Amino acid sequence: MTSTLVRPDATLGRPEPTAMPRLLRGLGRDGGTVGLGEHLERWGAMDLRWARQHLGSELEASGLRGHGGAGFPVAAKWRSVARSGRRPIVVVNGAEGEPASAKDALLLARTPHLVLDGAAAAAASIGAGRVLAYVPHHLLEGVQAAAGARRRHRLDPVDIEVREAPEGFISGQESAAVNGLQGRPALPSFIVLRPIRERGVEGRPTLVHNAETLAHVALVARYGAAWFGALGTERAPGTTLLTVTGRPGGPVVQEAALGTPLREVLGLGPDARRRYQAALLGGYGGTWVDIDTLLELELSEEAARRRSATLGPGIVVLLGHDSCPLAEVARVVRYMNGESAGQCGPCVHGLGALDQALQSVAFHAPEHQASVGSITQLCALVEGRGACRHPDGVSRFVTSACAVFASELAAHRRLGPCGRIGAPSALPFGGRPEARHAGRATRPR
Amino acid sequence: MRRAFRIVVDPIACCGEGLCAELFPERISLDPWGFPILSDEPITADLVEHAGRAVDMCPHLALHVMDAPANAGTGGGRPGEPARLVARLAPGGRRR
Repeated sequence: MTSTLVRPDATLGRPEPTAMPRLLRGLGRDGGTVGLGEHLERWGAMDLRWARQHLGSELEASGLRGHGGAGFPVAAKWRSVARSGRRPIVVVNGAEGEPASAKDALLLARTPHLVLDGAAAAAASIGAGRVLAYVPHHLLEGVQAAAGARRRHRLDPVDIEVREAPEGFISGQESAAVNGLQGRPALPSFIVLRPIRERGVEGRPTLVHNAETLAHVALVARYGAAWFGALGTERAPGTTLLTVTGRPGGPVVQEAALGTPLREVLGLGPDARRRYQAALLGGYGGTWVDIDTLLELELSEEAARRRSATLGPGIVVLLGHDSCPLAEVARVVRYMNGESAGQCGPCVHGLGALDQALQSVAFHAPEHQASVGSITQLCALVEGRGACRHPDGVSRFVTSACAVFASELAAHRRLGPCGRIGAPSALPFGGRPEARHAGRATRPR
Repeated sequence: MRRAFRIVVDPIACCGEGLCAELFPERISLDPWGFPILSDEPITADLVEHAGRAVDMCPHLALHVMDAPANAGTGGGRPGEPARLVARLAPGGRRR
């Protein structure tokens, strides 16, 4: 049973393998939502019978990794979910808690069917009986409409149920999403004892992917691994979405082939050092890098990790010279402390202490400031000691800040707070960044 | 041969009573707020009894024995590394 709109046809809608952008193809700068008819005209229909038999191995061959931050190989995740033999559940995770990320929201708002295609293909491949879409309030109506259209046209063999995800940094964490979907508070569980791939929603093996990952799955399901690998590098195939904040014109979601030099992706010229003092990669659980490092990096998690950095879920924030980096860091740590689930002692106490320490070095007179040594000690103390990775993220964020902003730290400790601490926050909080699609995409030369 | 095992603390269940550090100081210390820090060092045969006592005496049942490689620390566990609870640790240990 397939769409009554368009029959599966491998050639229909197939873009050139090296054409860019991929996920953002045909999305204008500020256009509306791509409806089901237009979606199927643009991409062609999926062959779910094919997906049921071949998508697992095709994904393995594609080398696709998750785009939610952890970068885990998608095929391996599917195998471990399918391993139990019980009928699994697929979760579309649209709860993008990172204030500096807007890509999942953009996909769900503008091209929801591409994301839901990925979920339907995943369900067919692993034999899932249900698909649950977990999306924040502002996307609820749109995703419900998309799921309704698919239901009317009997597009999917499984029903897609849409549920509201609460706001908050932590509500999109995998186990928090599983809890939220069952009507419990959307807080993390200790997954070492209860892996959600074995026992997630309703005790069933549960496959959770963020929206972007599923959109990539939808393309592999249509055009295969070879098409997918035509962009990117051998070790980092395909493309990725980035939410870029800090450039003139406001936040932008853009797509680029993995392996592209970041300077090219970000459009940074020889004046980059004059315009920006540092960059934050990977969001509030990510890492600061200096501009020299940024200019040398290529766009891949592997390259970032070689420089002790991470791209996380694809976040870049460029920090101009008008901002006090320590004030920015202190505000983020305060925010992250407030966003802790409050379940684990080391996170509650450790992030609280880090908050106090960072406030002191950013805003207080030298005699009341915490030492850099005590800050890095606290970072080491909280790492790996929560049920989820929230404290690890803050630890990484602060540790990298201490390294990149060492001279500012020394100046604050010597002379007290600098004149820039009153500048408006350059990093976004709460609310969601009103990111536009860039209408610009980069691919390797 | 005994299978290699490790103990993990469920940080959500843990309330920082600190009993475990008293019962098993060889591998458990306390942070400044009284919450346990578990050493990565292997638990040798001579320590099994101490480990078992710490696990059994935790008032919040927050300590668990697992037979997985000790690479997950007490955190969220590495993806793809299935960790299994071990039903029983030492003779006389309480079944978990």
